[in-house]
Amino acid sequence: MPSDTPGVRPALELSDVSKHFGDLRALTDVSLRIEPGDCVLVYGPNGAGKTTLLRLLATLARPSEGKVLYDGGNVHQNPAAAKAAIGFTSHATFLYGELNTRENLEFVGRLFGLANLQQRIATVLDLFHLRERTKTPVRELSRGYQQRVSLARAFLHDPLFLLLDEPFTGLDAASTESLQGLMRRLQEQGKAVVFSTHDFEQGAAIARRLVALEGGRIRYDGLVGMAPLTALRIAREGRKTL
Amino acid sequence: METLRVVWAIFMKDLRVEWRHRGTLASMCIFGILVVFLFNFAFEPAREETVRLLPGLLWIAFAFAGVLGFNRSFAAERENAGLEGMRLAPVDPGAIYLGKMLANLFFLGVAEVVVVFAASLWYNFSFVPAIGWFALITFFCTLGYVAVGTTFGAVAANTRMREVMLPVLQFPVAVPVFIAGVEASTGALKGDPVGDYAGWIKLAAGFSVVFVVLSYLLFEYVLED
Repeated sequence: MPSDTPGVRPALELSDVSKHFGDLRALTDVSLRIEPGDCVLVYGPNGAGKTTLLRLLATLARPSEGKVLYDGGNVHQNPAAAKAAIGFTSHATFLYGELNTRENLEFVGRLFGLANLQQRIATVLDLFHLRERTKTPVRELSRGYQQRVSLARAFLHDPLFLLLDEPFTGLDAASTESLQGLMRRLQEQGKAVVFSTHDFEQGAAIARRLVALEGGRIRYDGLVGMAPLTALRIAREGRKTL
Repeated sequence: METLRVVWAIFMKDLRVEWRHRGTLASMCIFGILVVFLFNFAFEPAREETVRLLPGLLWIAFAFAGVLGFNRSFAAERENAGLEGMRLAPVDPGAIYLGKMLANLFFLGVAEVVVVFAASLWYNFSFVPAIGWFALITFFCTLGYVAVGTTFGAVAANTRMREVMLPVLQFPVAVPVFIAGVEASTGALKGDPVGDYAGWIKLAAGFSVVFVVLSYLLFEYVLED
């Protein structure tokens, strides 16, 4: 049931979720609860299921078993509320190369039906230092700038849950630092940030909570600083390398 | 209103993307004109044969121009996972379908006008006496064809041999529309009484409505993994 109690903020959950692609089991019996204010690092070797987990949370994939819940309700039965609360970036930028930065953002804003669209665009352009690139077709932007526009796109509707799959890819040092600062600020503002990265130190510097995945199963879910070394090594290198 | 807003946003986005590179519409028109041109050389039809050949020839040109358009329409979405990006927004998947369909309808409609104009010049044939009925027939049949093409374009977009898959999937389904289009156009261009080919127009209209409604309702499943 959706929370109608004042002060109770909705959570995003995976409840006993498994996801198969044919014979491949990408995730097995995963349960996870993300609450506003959480900053979660999803960490694991290649093929651990990080991207699948984030795509399930983002409502882009349906679980083979189990449920994805937002505010207590199944997101696939009532997706609108969950989608309005979620921002997602992926390996793909979701941008149109022929359109410039502003046009891409305007298009997304119209899909979300944002009433204060120009104001929100101005906010994210400033936030991601894109003012000088508003009229440049996205195709002509560097990978780093495209990543910034992609982040601006995810952030445009001011989501409560920000899901970032490898968000530091392609960013230079200054942009990485700026994004890390933003992720900390969002956490302070009571928003949830869930992100994956291959660089454990980089992720651990921001996240409070670690979800270590290996072979599609959660091996550890708890505070970053409390993670046992074995779980970290499995998440970092995979079981076979131990 | 919500759905209309989304449909319009997607339609305008596709128009803007096309305006920037102009590849889709140009290739559709050139391909359609080439078909008309080559058939003229191949058959050199006399006046009475023209009326018999032209509808079939036009629908071949429309069909292949359409395949080019549908492939390009989803190539732009595939490049950076645009369809997934749209699915992240709290919008009805059916509205995404209608937006894409409307854009494809517009592009194919423009290409058809160009091809018909080229055909009227090369075959020295005036469409003016039957223009009203011919336009109505073409509209309904194009709507049905685009409804099928947009759905299967989205299906084929995620397959490895997408350029081959699209015609293989859509042509068998769109056969009733092509038959109706050829038969009704022949009747209209020959100047037959409307009653003689009204059944074909009804078939095309019925097919179009059923396929648009079905695709609108089922597009959610087309977009999923």
